[in-house]
This record gives sequence, structure tokens and C-alpha cells, in this order.
Amino acid sequence: MERRVGVLARHLSSHSPSMASGNPSEMISPFPTAGSFGESVFAHVVQAPEDPILGVTVAYNKDPSPVKVNLGVGAYRTEEGKPLVLNVVRRAEQLLVNDRSRVKEYLPITGLADFNKLSAKLIFGSDSPALQENRVTTVQCLSGTGSLRVGAEFLAKHYHQHTIYIPLPTWGNHPKVFTIAGLSVKTYRYYDPATRGLNFQGLLEDLRSAPLGAIVLLHACAHNPTGVDPTLEQWEQIRQLMRSKALLPFFDSAYQGFASGSLDADAQSVRMFAADGGELLAAQSYAKNMGLYGERVGALSIVCKSANVAAKVESQLKLVIRPMYSNPPIHGASIVATILKDSGMYQEWTIELKAMADRIINMRHQLFDALRARGTPGDWSHILKQIGMFTFTGLNTEQVAFMTKEYHIYMTSDGRISMAGLSSRTVPHLADAIHAAVTRIK
Amino acid sequence: MASRAVIARRIFGRGGLGVAGARAMSTGWWGGVEPAAKDPILGVTEAFLADPSPNKVNVGVGAYRDDDGKPVVLECVREAERRISGNLTMEYLPMGGSIRMIEETLKLAYGENSELIKDKRIAAVQALSGTGACRLFADFQKRFLPDSQIYIPVPTWSNHHNIWRDAHVPQRTFHYYHPESKGLDFAGLMDDVKNAPNGSFFLLHACAHNPTGVDPSEEQWREISYQFKVKNHFAFFDMAYQGFASGDPERDAKAIRIFLEDGHLIGCAQSYAKNMGLYGQRVGCLSVLCEDEMQAVAVKSQLQQIARPMYSNPPVHGALIVSIILNDPDLKNLWLREVKGMADRIIGMRTALRENLESLGSSLSWEHITNQIGMFCYSGLTAEQVDRLTNEFHIYMTRNGRISMAGVTTGNVSYLANAIHEVTKSS
Repeated sequence: MERRVGVLARHLSSHSPSMASGNPSEMISPFPTAGSFGESVFAHVVQAPEDPILGVTVAYNKDPSPVKVNLGVGAYRTEEGKPLVLNVVRRAEQLLVNDRSRVKEYLPITGLADFNKLSAKLIFGSDSPALQENRVTTVQCLSGTGSLRVGAEFLAKHYHQHTIYIPLPTWGNHPKVFTIAGLSVKTYRYYDPATRGLNFQGLLEDLRSAPLGAIVLLHACAHNPTGVDPTLEQWEQIRQLMRSKALLPFFDSAYQGFASGSLDADAQSVRMFAADGGELLAAQSYAKNMGLYGERVGALSIVCKSANVAAKVESQLKLVIRPMYSNPPIHGASIVATILKDSGMYQEWTIELKAMADRIINMRHQLFDALRARGTPGDWSHILKQIGMFTFTGLNTEQVAFMTKEYHIYMTSDGRISMAGLSSRTVPHLADAIHAAVTRIK
Repeated sequence: MASRAVIARRIFGRGGLGVAGARAMSTGWWGGVEPAAKDPILGVTEAFLADPSPNKVNVGVGAYRDDDGKPVVLECVREAERRISGNLTMEYLPMGGSIRMIEETLKLAYGENSELIKDKRIAAVQALSGTGACRLFADFQKRFLPDSQIYIPVPTWSNHHNIWRDAHVPQRTFHYYHPESKGLDFAGLMDDVKNAPNGSFFLLHACAHNPTGVDPSEEQWREISYQFKVKNHFAFFDMAYQGFASGDPERDAKAIRIFLEDGHLIGCAQSYAKNMGLYGQRVGCLSVLCEDEMQAVAVKSQLQQIARPMYSNPPVHGALIVSIILNDPDLKNLWLREVKGMADRIIGMRTALRENLESLGSSLSWEHITNQIGMFCYSGLTAEQVDRLTNEFHIYMTRNGRISMAGVTTGNVSYLANAIHEVTKSS
């Protein structure tokens, strides 16, 4: 604090009349110890708070305990607790490296064309009328985050309604992405703490009272952080309601294939909307389902009423992208395209993907059984009902803090655990921790 | 079956959707979206690719080509990729990017043994090449100094204007290129520096100015730096061509080093697109020199906050390539040789183009071709002359007369010289 005041005082005193006099020797007052002549124009910048999700891993890394478990960030881990590069991805990368004819030139602003086509097919289905009618524009973006941001910027510029409804709760970065793009963020009820399931009535009521044309963010599957998804019947009701109010769907699909193990099943919600002839946005990520996290591979698709409109929309998307990063990174998209266009590699991928999803489902069963065996009070069936990488345990912040302190379990303070971070070895320890937290802390 | 309008009224009542909504019912929500203008630079390559002529020459976009006109992947890069593939994981980088890559990158700009690096005074994050680095800075500038503007040289890379505009930072220009001499308008530049309000932000090209290839001399940089001190201006350097300009990265960083010696707290965007040939990998770095370590920590944390809702964390592959190369002395030396090779070829082509034009008997002066430096030559050709080059000779360049020397080869230099001579000999 004192330092800040000192900097401010120097800043104020340097704006003295002598500054305007034009006499150089009066103006330059070197700061003897720093070797620089003045203070920074950014001296007033305060340190930003740690990102709550990524901060969990930071804390975990600092902990010396041998029994520590990281259930924070949503990155897949094997039974041995190791990160995983899929075999099919390794093979694809080898192919690319060994192909001396490959170059590293700039991609077009919209990214790798093959990748875009194949990604659209992956999410909409190759028989989708929207695709066959060329009504879809797909642009490569930086994973899910980048796809959401580009879509949001486009909407802020070209869509008449600047309000987006996001589910309560949602991924912590969602409100930041939309706000910074210039949209105004509202919420709709989603998670019901009482049932640890979907508050379907609340959802319908809130969407019903949204203004006509408002944008609605929908998690395509494996809702983050709750793992609670609508049933297909519920999705159909949501679709009808949204179309009747011209609400614009913006899907975030970060877990296709990862949730149920089936790429098609996990895309049903999106396909339902695409099939009714209406318009929508869809952000896709390959971070989890292809394990390409750090490569930042994703795609934004906008389904339009006509091919003509889709082409114009694409040209405007370029104007959003160019001043942000010019064109997207080539490596990850090349890996994806290599895999998706080769039927053998595609098959291999679906098998590895299902294995990851199955392991997570297995962890759910193990944890549920372990809690039941300990007689832990409460209904823990939501662990089995929820889907995808995360379980919203229902634990409160005090209980979470207790588990971190006493059992070295690292998770986000909202009670979300990444099932992918569990193994058969660590499930008992987690069950002990939950049992202790629930019985000792209310 | 009721008409759409009738359906709309039934659903929404007499109030309806309003004009926008009603239009949306018939043409979807995006019927009113205008087609965007094509990017002037990237549009050139699109046109080139579409041209079937066997004589076509692409001296448009700034990507290096070898003497056969082919894109190049550096050997040091191939080796780095061999080491990466199949071995390392693809986990998320931190929001600020690869620490190892950043460390080596800062040494390139600030000096191998820079005290500033040792004292941890530099806030630095990995960025999406030069564009991404400029955009992070522009957003940061807007957030923390909302009343500030940016002075941009005339001319500059066209995307600079887009970047600061999308960041909502108002732009001013300063004199830079002198059309008559095809060199630097130093007097105009210094006047603009003096007349700008104290504490203005200036965008400076550290070396190999894009699109003109015109750089201040060392003496001129010293004068600019001095005047910046007098005026308390902020210098933001865009360094996209370190090593590529003279062939020597240390030499190409001279302007930055002068400003650092003079005590300026600079900002700097660095890119590996050209000098490591990593174009499509999108690898770069944004750095902001602060007063002390604590300030650097604060600034870095805020830069990360800007990256998070844009792309969460930067791509890992290109960063791995850079850090493998720069951390391995043999690979680093190989890289330095390869960069020099690229720069030397371009310098050779400048000489060849000029000599060709002179021996064709052109009455115009072409010394600017060898005076200018880096990838681009600001030829002085008018838009009409450029159009003739394209339409009659299938030579593609941006209409401001900018020639990408990297696209010139021993195979096409005399064809190019002939064509330029043809369209200019009457002027």
C-alpha cells in the first residue's frame, strides 16, 4: 500500500509545470536505483485473483503429501493417474512429422478446410440436411473457449438481441467470455440442489420469460460442472419452447463421445435442433475427446437459413478472427483431420474414446459403492446419474476446505470433482474424505 | 398451411417480433448480414492460387520462399518436431504459456544476459504470434489506461488498425514513409512525436518495417528515443522479423536495446512466424517491462485474465518447437545459420532486382530496393501499375505496391524486372 502511494506521488509530481516548459533537463528525473527514468504507466495495475479452477492445480502442486489427489481441472487421467495421449493421436502425429511435403504455412483465417467439414459432420451427422444444403458455416477456432468467444463477438456485432442466458451453474469461464464480447449475461435455473438433478420446471419457466430472440447457452452433453443432462424428452420440450420464442441456441459441445461413449448419442441434442430447420450456433472442442488439450483445437459452426446467408456470415466471422490472432494454429487441426478422414483411424479413435468414458463410468460405480459400504449418510445416487467428467457432489465449501486440509483432496470449492482424476487406488481415500466431511461438517 | 406471417402473429400476438424478428422469420436471423470486404493481403494469395497462368508470380503475402519458390520448413524445426512427436503430452499450458519458451524469447529481445530478465522485471506471456501479442496489449491498454490512444505509423501492416480498433483504442497516425525519397520521413516523424500529447502510446516496428522496409538508422533511433524520454511517451515495439532483416538477431534488436539503455519501460510483441518459419503454429510473445518484479507479476496476471476469455491458454506445439530449439545449443546455432541463410537470399534478390531494372535502362531510381530491408520492398508502384502487373503479367502483390522479396527467385527476377519496367517506363 505504501509503495502504491509512493508511486502515485511520484507520478503526480512529475506532472509539474516544468513538464510543459520544454526544458529537457527539468523533465527527465532519472530514478537512480531502477536505471529507468520514470515510473510505469501500468503502476496502478493490481494483481488479478487466481483462476478458481486452474488455481486448484497450483495448490495441488505445492502440496508435498504423498496421498494428495487432484480432482480439480477436467483433464483425463489414466488408472495410473497419468495424462494420456491417445494412440491414434500419436500415430497421426507421426504421419504428419514423417511427411516431408508438409509445410507450416498460415492457414486461412477460417482454418483448415478439411477439419472444418469433418468437424461439422461429426457434430451434425453426415446425413444432416443443414450440411447437405450448405447452410452451415464452420470455422476452426481455439478449442471451446475460442469458438465461444468468436461466436459471441459475432453475435454482439450482428445479432439484434444482446442478452445471453446461461445455466446456473455453468463453467466459470462462460460469463467472462460473453461479457467481454459485449453480451449481457443472465441465468436460467438448471441445477436442483435438493435432487442433485435437473430443475426442469425452473428451466422452462426461466426460458419462457426470456425476451424474444434472446440467446441461450446450452451444454450439448455432460453439463459442466454438474454432470446433469436433460433427457431426450426434456430436450424436445426445450427445443419446442425455444423455437416458439425464437430463442437462439448456442451449444457448447466439449464432451462429444466422452459422456456416454457414443459420439452420436452425445450429439442428439444438437442434431435435434439442427433438424428442425432453425438456426443455431455450436462450439466444439477436441480437448477432451481427442486428448488434444494444449493444442487448442475446436470449431464454431453457425447453422443458417440459407447457403447464401451462411457465406456472408462466414465472411463476417473472418473479420472477428483476423484482429484477434489472424488465423488458427495448424498442428492440432491437422491431427484431427488426419484421424477423422481415415476410417481405420476413426474407428480406433471411437474405441479409445469409449474406453475413457467407460473408465469414468467405472469410477462412478466404485465411488458410489465405496460410500455405500461406509454407510456414508445421504443419497449418493447422483454420482451414478450424472454424466461426463464431473460429479457435482453437493458438498459445501466448508466440507471441501476440510477435505483439502485433512485429506489433501483438491477440488473446486463448488463441490465439483473430476471423475477423470480418480483411480481404483484413490477411490477409497476419497470415500473416506467425503464420509468424514459429511459426518463432521454440516 | 398458414403463412409465416400468420404463424408469427399467432405465436407472438399482434405485437409480433418487431421488425428484426419478422425479418428473421423469413430469412433467418442473419439475412441482414452484409458480406465482409476481403482482407487486402490474404485476398492476393487467393487470387494467385486461382490463376492458371504458368508464369504467375506471387509477391503478395509475406511468407518466405526458397529459390525454387517453395515454402520452407527449417531443419532445426524438423528436428525439434521429431523429438516432440509421440513423446510429450498435450496437456494445457498455463494461461501465460510455456515458461521455457518465454524465457528464451525474452533473451532474444532484451539481451542474452539482460539484467532486466534477471531482476524479473518483465511481464511476459506466450501469445498467438504477433497478431495475438498486439491484440493482448491493445486489450490490456484499453482496460488499464482507458483514455489512452495509439499512434500508428503511415503506412503500417493493415491488421494493426483492425487490432486496436477491435480493442476500442482510438488511433492516431504519425508520419513515417516519405514517398518522394522512398525512405524515412524523419522530420515528419519527429514533429509528430513532439506534437503528440505527453505520455502518448506509439507503435514502432523494431526492424524491417512492414510494408515499406524502411527503418530508421541507429542515430535516428537514438534521437527518437531521446525525444520519447522528453515527452514521456510509451514505446510499443512490434518485432516480427528479428533475424530476418539483417540476418543477425542481435543487430535487428538494436532499436529495442537503445530504448532499454535509455530507460524506457517498453512493450514488445515478438513473433516466430517468419524467423523460425512457424507461421501456422501461431507462436509469439507479449512482454511489458515494469519497474520491478512485483509490478511484473501483477501485469502478467492481468494479461492472463485477458487471454482466459479469448482462448484460455495458448497452443503448445509451436511453443515446444521454439523452446527445444532455443534451449539446445546445437539446434540454436543451426537456427541462426538458417535465419541468416533466409535473410541473405532476400538481400541477394534485392540486389538482383535492382540490377536487372537498371540494366533494362530504366530511367527511374531503384536504389530504394536495396536501401530497404526485410521481407518487403515498397516499390513506389501505383495501384494502376500494380493492376497492370496482375492483369497483364500475372504478378500478384498488394495494391500499395508492396513486393514480398521472399517471393522473388533467380528463376523469376528477370521476368519481374521486365514487367515492372514495362509498366513504369512511361512514367
